[in-house]
Amino acid sequence: MFDQETIDAHGLTSIEYKRVIDILGREPNLTELGIFSVMWSEHCSYKSSRLHLNKLPTTGSRVLQGPGENAGAVDIGDGLAAVFKIESHNHPSFIEPYQGAATGVGGIIRDIFTMGARPIALLDSLRFGPLDDPHTRQLVEGVVAGIAGYGNSIGIPTVGGEIAFDVSYAGNPLVNVFCLGIASTDMLIKGSAEGVGNAVYYVGAKTGRDGIHGATMASSEFDETSSEKRPNVQVGDPFMEKLLLEACLEVIQTDALVGIQDMGAAGLTCSTCEMGARGGSGIEVDIAHVPQRETGMTPYEIMLSESQERMLFVVRHDHEAKVEKIFKKWDLHAVRIGFVTDDGLLRVKHSGTIVAEIPNKALVNDGPLYDRPIKAPSDLVTRQSLDLEKLSLMASPTEILVQLLASPQVASKRWVYRQFDHMVQTNTLVLAGMGTAVVRVKGTNRALAFSVDGNGRYCYLDPFEGGKLAVAESARNVACAGALPIGATNCLNFGNPERPESMWQFVRAVEGISEACTKLDIPITGGNVSLYNETGGESIHPTPVLGVVGIIEDLNCVLGRSFRSADSVVILLGKMGSDLGGSEYLKTVHGIVRGYPPYLNLTSEQALQQLLVEMISAGLLESAHDCAEGGFAVTLAECCFDSNLGVDVIVSGQTIKGHEDLGLVATLFGETASRVIVSSAEKNVDSVLAKATAAGIQACPIGKTGGTRFRVTVSNSLVIDLPLTDIERVWTTGLSKHFET
Amino acid sequence: MKFAIIVFPGSNCDYDTYFAVKYLLGKEAEFVWHKDTNLKGADVVVLPGGFSYGDYLRSGAIARFSPIMKQVAQFANKGGPVLGICNGFQVLLEAGLLPGAMRRNHQLKFICEHVHVRVEHTDTPFTRDVVAGQVLRIPIAHGDGNYYANPETVATLEDKRQIIFRYTTPGGELDEAWNVNGSTLAIAGICSEGRNVVGLMPHPERACEASLGSVDGRALLESVIGALANDSIAKMK
Repeated sequence: MFDQETIDAHGLTSIEYKRVIDILGREPNLTELGIFSVMWSEHCSYKSSRLHLNKLPTTGSRVLQGPGENAGAVDIGDGLAAVFKIESHNHPSFIEPYQGAATGVGGIIRDIFTMGARPIALLDSLRFGPLDDPHTRQLVEGVVAGIAGYGNSIGIPTVGGEIAFDVSYAGNPLVNVFCLGIASTDMLIKGSAEGVGNAVYYVGAKTGRDGIHGATMASSEFDETSSEKRPNVQVGDPFMEKLLLEACLEVIQTDALVGIQDMGAAGLTCSTCEMGARGGSGIEVDIAHVPQRETGMTPYEIMLSESQERMLFVVRHDHEAKVEKIFKKWDLHAVRIGFVTDDGLLRVKHSGTIVAEIPNKALVNDGPLYDRPIKAPSDLVTRQSLDLEKLSLMASPTEILVQLLASPQVASKRWVYRQFDHMVQTNTLVLAGMGTAVVRVKGTNRALAFSVDGNGRYCYLDPFEGGKLAVAESARNVACAGALPIGATNCLNFGNPERPESMWQFVRAVEGISEACTKLDIPITGGNVSLYNETGGESIHPTPVLGVVGIIEDLNCVLGRSFRSADSVVILLGKMGSDLGGSEYLKTVHGIVRGYPPYLNLTSEQALQQLLVEMISAGLLESAHDCAEGGFAVTLAECCFDSNLGVDVIVSGQTIKGHEDLGLVATLFGETASRVIVSSAEKNVDSVLAKATAAGIQACPIGKTGGTRFRVTVSNSLVIDLPLTDIERVWTTGLSKHFET
Repeated sequence: MKFAIIVFPGSNCDYDTYFAVKYLLGKEAEFVWHKDTNLKGADVVVLPGGFSYGDYLRSGAIARFSPIMKQVAQFANKGGPVLGICNGFQVLLEAGLLPGAMRRNHQLKFICEHVHVRVEHTDTPFTRDVVAGQVLRIPIAHGDGNYYANPETVATLEDKRQIIFRYTTPGGELDEAWNVNGSTLAIAGICSEGRNVVGLMPHPERACEASLGSVDGRALLESVIGALANDSIAKMK
C-alpha cells in the first residue's frame, strides 16, 4: 500500500515495516504508520541501546524507582524521596536554539512532577563548537536564553551545570538538562493506566501542528537540508507549565489519580500506549475531543503532535469531579478523551470512527531490538599515542596558566549563570559558580548535592575509561560538597549507531559507567540516550554525561570550592601524577587530543570520596575542590577566586622518563584522577591527616592561604608568582569577552 | 498580626515569602488566591515575586486586573501597609498604586545576583528599622527591572521623598557602573505618596538567612512587624 519512499520517510526499515504487518495482520493505515514511526524511532524505542543499558546497575537499598518510569527516585529519609533524571534536547537546539533548549527544560520538569515530586532544582550540561564562529555564539546565546527563559519563568532555580567547547560539537551542540524534585515516598505516582472503565483525561495546552516527527528528527543525522526541519521543533510556554505543575501536585494530593504521564516525545501516541503497556491494559481515546488550536488537524497530526505542556491522567472511577474542579481553579483544559479497557490495544477513534488500532505492547515492549555490530575505530592506536617529543615547550608555566584560565572552557561561567534565577525557592546553599550545587530540603535538616559531568575528550581516546571517569568525577564533585552519592542518572550522547565505530564507543562507555557505578555503589535510576549526533558523517566525541545525586545529613556541613580564611592550611588529597593524555593543556596549548585518559583506581577513588564526606561532616574542612580540567594549577587558582585570598604552595615535581622538561608541565597541568585540594584551619590539620592515613589516602599539606599573590613552587623552583587580581581578571572575562560588546 | 501573600497564576516567590514570615519571623501568614474577594483580615499585604501570567503583554499587566486587586487597592487607600517585591512591584505599577513603569534591563538580559541598595528614607512601614544611608546586600533576579518615570514624575518622587532604595556600590556610593539594570536615578524601590505602599525589585525574602548569603532583608520585614506592634500604622479591620 505504501511506497518505499513513504516508508523511508517514516524512518522504518523494510524489515521493521514487515514486522508492523505481522503484528497487525494487515497493512497499517497512514495514522498507524505514523504511530509506529515515532514509537519505533531510536529516540522512543532505544532499539540500538536497550540491550547494552541492561548492563547498568539499577538497584540499591535506597532505590524507590529505577529506570522505566518518567524519572528515578531514591529514599532520602524523613518519608521523602529525591526524584531526578537528565534528558537531552540536542537536535532541536541546533535547529532552533531558544525553543530547543526551553522545551528541553520543560520536558524534563514535566517528567519530575509527573511522578508527584515538586521540582526544586535544575542543572544543564552543554557542549558547543569553538566560540570564534559567529554561528556558534548565536547558538550559545540562544540556548542559554532559552534555558533562562523557561526555568526562570516557571520558578525552578537553575543552580549550576557545565559547558564545554570543542570543534567536534560544532554541528551538533549538546543540551542535556537535569532536574531534581522532592516527593513523599508514599505519594510517588506511576505512569500506568489501570482499572477498566477509568477515565483518561487530557490536560493542559491545546494541540497544534508543532513538533510533528520531533522524535524521528532526533533519530537521524543532520545534513545541508537540516534547516528545513524548523517546524519539527516544539514551542514552549512556561506559564502554562507552571499552572500544570501546581494543578498536578494538587490533584496528586487527592486520591483521584491512578496514573499520569506527560506528553513529551511522540506526544499523545507515546503517553497513551506507554501508560497502557505499563498497566497491562488497553486505552481507547476519541481524538475529536482533544482541544486543538488549529483547524482541520488530521488524526495523524493529532497523534504525532509534540505541542508542549500537555499531560494525560487516568482518573479513578467516580473521582472525576474532584480532578475537574482543581483544573478549573487553575483555568486549565481538562477534557475526558477516553477510558481504560482490558484488550491491551491502543484504539484511536475520531468522532466515533476507528482510525488506528495497535497492541500497546507491540509499540512499547516489542519494538525492534538491535545488537548492532561494533568495531574499534581504525585510528584508535593513533589517538592513544602521545608523542611527547613533538610537544614544544615555548611557553612558561605562567603563560600556560594564563592561557588556560582565559579559555572559555576553563574560565568563569558567570556570564551564563547570571542569567539563571539560581536563588528562587530559597534553598540554594551553594550559589551558582561557587562549587557543587547544593540545595536544602525544607522541613528536614538535610541537603542534596548534585553535579553533571562528562569529558568527551577522554571518551574519544578510550570510551571505557572515559565512562568510568565521568562517574568518578560527578561523584567526587558531590563528595566535595560533603554529600554521600546515592544515585545517578545518565545522558548518553553519541553518534550514529549504524556505524560500528560509534556503536563500539557506546558499548564501551556503558560498560565503563557500569563498572564505576557498581564499584562506587551508585545505582543508575534512569536516564536518556541521544544517538545520531553527527553532521555530514562527522560524529561528536562520545559524551556520556553523568548526573550524580548525594545526600548531606546535616546542612550545616556544606562546602564550596573557595578558600574561606587567611592562614588556613592547603592540603592535597590524593597522589600527584603526570597524566597528560586528553588534557585541557594538550588541547588548548598544542591543539591536540591524544594519549590515554588519566588512570583511575576505583578503590582509591571510593576511599577518597568517603574520606571527604567524613571530614566534612566532622567540620574539619573549610573548602574542597577536585582537580579536573587544567589540572592542579588551575584548580588551585579556582580555590582562590571569589575568596580574596592568595595562596603559597610547594609541591614535588613529577618526572616523565626521557622528558625531564615535561615533568613540570605534567605536574602543574596534568589531569591525574582522584585528587582534591582542601583547606582547613590550622587546629584541624592533625585530624585531617590522621583520617586520611586511616583511609589509606595520601594527604600532603602544601602551603597556606592568604596574601595577595598566587605562588606555586615545584620542588625547589618558584615557577608561578602572580598577583591574584591579574589571574582572576583573566578568568572572569575568559568566556564573557566573546559575548559582551 | 497576619500577613496576606497574594498568589497570582505564575507567582513563584509566594512560598519563599510565606516561609520567611512564618518560619523565620514567627508571624502568621496566609495565601490569598487572586480570585478571592477579601484579604482575610490581614494587617500587611505582600505581592510576591514571580512571573504572573507568564509576563504576557508586560510584567504585571494582567495580574493588575485580578479580582483581589480591588481589595488591595482599598486596603492601600486606607493606609494599610502593602509591599510589592519584584513582580509584585510591577503589578503595583501597572495597577497605578505606585507611579512609573518597568522596562527591560538595559543590557537586555535577566540578572540574578546579590546587589547593594542604599536606603534613602526610613519613614515607611518597611524601612523604619533601618537607618538612612544604610547599605543592604540583597539579591535581585529579573529581566525587566529598569525603572522609568518621566521627568515630571521623577521630580515629584524626589520632592516628596518617595525614592526609598537605590542601587549603589558596596560602600553606598551612586555609580552608574553599579546601576545593575540602568534604572532612572538607580532607583531600586519607591513608596506611594501616602508612604504605606512600597515596591522594590530586590528580594528581601531571599536575604533572611546567613546560609543563603545575606540577612540584610530581614530588617525590611521586621520593620512592618514593629510598626504594627507599635500601632504606628492605623490597623485595618
